[in-house]
Amino acid sequence: MKSHLFRTFIAAGALLSVAGNALAAEEVNVYSYRQPFLTKPVFDEFTKETGIKVNTVFAKEGLIERLMNEGRNSPADLMLVANVGSLGAAVESDLAQRVDSDVLEANIPANFRDKANRWFGLTSRARIIVTSKDRVEPGLVETYADLTKPELKGRICTRSGKHPYMVELVAAMITHDGKAAAQKWLSGVKDNLARKPQGGDRAQVSAIAEGECDVAILNSYYMGGLLSDPETQATAESVNIVFPDQDGNGTHMNISGVIMTKAAPNRDNALKLMEFLSNDVAQSIYADLNHEYPINPDVPPSDLIASWGEFKHDELSLNAIIKNRALAYRLADEVDYDG
Amino acid sequence: MTADKPVTGRVKARWGSSAAYHSAMSAKVSWPRESLSESGPVQTGLNNTAVHPGPEGQSTPEIQYHRLIPGQTVAVGQNPPCGVIAPRAPDATGRKVRHRYGLPAFSGWSVVALLVAFIVCLPVLSVLWLSFNPEENIWPHLVNTVLGSYILTTLGLMLGVAIGTLLIGVSTAWLITHYEFPGRSLFNWALLLPFAVPAYVIAFIYTDLLEFAGPVQSGLRALFGWKLANEYWFPAIRTLPGATLMLVLVLYPYVYLLSRAAFLEQSASVLEAARVLGGSSQNLFFRVALPMARPAIVVGLAMALMETLNDFGTVDYFAVRTLTAGLYDVWLGMNNLGGGAQIAALLLMFVMMLIGLEKISRRHQQNFQPTATRFRQLTRHPLRGRRAWLASTICLTPIVLGFLIPAWVLVDYAITYFAESWTDDFRQIALNSMLLSATAAVTAVTIGILLSYSQRLHPTRLLRTSVNVSSMGYAVPGAVLAIGVIIPFATFDNTLDDFMRKHFDISTGLLLSGTVFALIFAYTVRFLAVAYGSVDASMKKISPHMDDAARSLGHSSGSILTRIHLPLMKSGVLTAALVVFVDCMKELPATLILRPFNFDTLATHVYQFASDELIGEASLGALLIVLVGLAPVILLTTTIDRSRELKAAGITTIDASGDPASADGAAPVQTST
Repeated sequence: MKSHLFRTFIAAGALLSVAGNALAAEEVNVYSYRQPFLTKPVFDEFTKETGIKVNTVFAKEGLIERLMNEGRNSPADLMLVANVGSLGAAVESDLAQRVDSDVLEANIPANFRDKANRWFGLTSRARIIVTSKDRVEPGLVETYADLTKPELKGRICTRSGKHPYMVELVAAMITHDGKAAAQKWLSGVKDNLARKPQGGDRAQVSAIAEGECDVAILNSYYMGGLLSDPETQATAESVNIVFPDQDGNGTHMNISGVIMTKAAPNRDNALKLMEFLSNDVAQSIYADLNHEYPINPDVPPSDLIASWGEFKHDELSLNAIIKNRALAYRLADEVDYDG
Repeated sequence: MTADKPVTGRVKARWGSSAAYHSAMSAKVSWPRESLSESGPVQTGLNNTAVHPGPEGQSTPEIQYHRLIPGQTVAVGQNPPCGVIAPRAPDATGRKVRHRYGLPAFSGWSVVALLVAFIVCLPVLSVLWLSFNPEENIWPHLVNTVLGSYILTTLGLMLGVAIGTLLIGVSTAWLITHYEFPGRSLFNWALLLPFAVPAYVIAFIYTDLLEFAGPVQSGLRALFGWKLANEYWFPAIRTLPGATLMLVLVLYPYVYLLSRAAFLEQSASVLEAARVLGGSSQNLFFRVALPMARPAIVVGLAMALMETLNDFGTVDYFAVRTLTAGLYDVWLGMNNLGGGAQIAALLLMFVMMLIGLEKISRRHQQNFQPTATRFRQLTRHPLRGRRAWLASTICLTPIVLGFLIPAWVLVDYAITYFAESWTDDFRQIALNSMLLSATAAVTAVTIGILLSYSQRLHPTRLLRTSVNVSSMGYAVPGAVLAIGVIIPFATFDNTLDDFMRKHFDISTGLLLSGTVFALIFAYTVRFLAVAYGSVDASMKKISPHMDDAARSLGHSSGSILTRIHLPLMKSGVLTAALVVFVDCMKELPATLILRPFNFDTLATHVYQFASDELIGEASLGALLIVLVGLAPVILLTTTIDRSRELKAAGITTIDASGDPASADGAAPVQTST
């Protein structure tokens, strides 16, 4: 009796997985750290073009761990991540497989993809500085280093020093100038803070509009978002945009990206989606929707951010940033940036 | 007759009278089986009601009949008139009643219970296991930098929440139970309303209201002609006090619910004895009622504090660096899950210290505290004039701040954004939430009953320990618990898959991981403490004498549970299920990580917008979470009303006030001991 039950159970299980595989022919499964409102329009377009259904799970944390534990049986084909650090973490945990594709290599500049082809950037953003139009004379802040000027004491607002965007900026500085210089910079900025780091990048612009501080660091697409929403336009127009370090290394860029998992049960579909994401259609959707810089050089940015003009990018390899990330993170604790 | 009881700061709440018990049991008990099943306690449905034979039972005059509220003995044949306090037998030695069980140490019950407890323990054990495998040792770095401030902030937050929830919860419960003032019957249930508002939602709303661009500050600026933030002072909401206030506003209902239940269950006679002895109202409260209610209050407080410890949404949004925030930093910022798990273990130690402190302080108190109220209902003293208004204000303030204002803001937004929010997708999401939460509630309560009853049958140390560990899921931050769920599930799936591939050449893939089952399991683990606490308290109120009687009449353990205990515990079980249901509706971090593809609950739906500061689009979902959270409040209220109607209809038979107390209070009274 018992063994009969057991056999039934096995049969049912096998049936389930077979059924699963049969269905899987027309799908691709994505774990996403990026919000659905960004990814959904792109995936919908993909489904329209190819007939392949895109299944998603969105979360802000824990997907890497989920992938790791699911191992070779994981249903996930791709993982979309919002920052370089997570790409690094996924690669370090040996979750990503090598993907060799001429399309990807043609669409994505070399500094925005892994040397070993395990991760690929999809969008890029500049870490810019904004200054109050009323209270900061143009020219006072032109580089990241200017943020430590004594004139700015009590006038700077940023988000937490442990947020990936801040950590990656510091990691880039460590790569360029060494740990000591980066630490000095970070503690210099901390000394100039108007308030304890809090809120997202958007909130820092509001704080300038409200007069709580005069200078803030943020990702470029937040300014795009603020300027294109009628409700926040006035806030956004109270600041000037500065692309820092134009005479030096160039403005720090970070990316959102994608990896293909080692398990990838729908490898072919997954590759199609990856290539689609790097192509002009998806790239323009991203650009228009979230005002990020397309990673594909053939695709123009949205009109709004194109109006800010061309600027010099920091061409630093993101692999270097991944390498120094942990160190940068510790610096934030060591100078007690959030305290 | 109660006046000879020592009415001191530490009330000896030892109502179980073994002398009475002996006299009851020494008599020949020869109940005809049919009569028990027909007019036994199952049928009466009254809580803690005795095995009352009813009129036909009295035809066997030699039977001694023992009312099973500990301490109340009534001889059959002289059915006491309603409203008369039965004579209480002299206080006896502190013999622990439960040791009398002559059952074998193990049975099917304990095996199943151990197995279930073990499975439920797995996520917590996984987290602890992770903590032994950190990627690198985080402590030198943390100790040198931020650990001190993490701990101080955490303690500060806990202290603030403890003070706040106690002040609001206990004072309102006391006013509601003992005084009559305008709006009392409304406040009675309305005070539970903030329980329906998730902490992360209230944090968003108050930030929206009180930040610089919000209506309050804009209004002030317009009034006084200020322009910039540095021209005037306004309390910053995104601070430690701000976070404390937010958490107090949504967590005080725990303390209110439990202390009100405890106050209601306190014998009117004890309080009156205190009055007769000349105690002032203050003395009555501080020296009699409060010490007697303390175990219940502490349970409520412990729940509030555990919620505080595992809260991440609010503290993160307010940039308050607690240990929980530190845990996320170490895990996500340093890519060190093991290190994060070590901080989680530290958090668990905090919780164990809390529970331990309470146990030590209670060491000299007896297990059986006065349970059901006595024959008479508590009389409420009418308040007049200023005092009445003061009482109303005290009760109204937390309702306004914790519910009315947030609900008003949500409704306002929800109306504006209704067209784009109310879609087919949204309705599906709402349905998902409700089905999931209902399933999890039933599961958690069933397991709670199983664990509680098995402990009652076999109070072994092994079982007790595993129950305690499995209740700890409550104190683990949701996202960490989610990882704790993933590990055993994936291990099971992959092991099975390997086995099947090897022996049958079939791949079973992931059977459980990434399914709704994993979510329900996570909810169960996370909220088992709530379900178990409530169920166990109800179970403990049932005197073991009743089990003995039923057993001597030939009932099996299962039959005793279903025919005696469950009917008596009805309200406790219902409360447990409802609280778990609401908690599941609100649960966010574990849901995000564990859910299947293309699957949303209301909480994740709200979060997707709220995390991007799109409060308008998030509001309809948030409002629905709040509305669903009202369901238990409404249900509890109707239960209260029904019991009142019964009373009004004169159905006040043998144990008139026992039932209202449990229906009214309907809440756990004791921690697991």
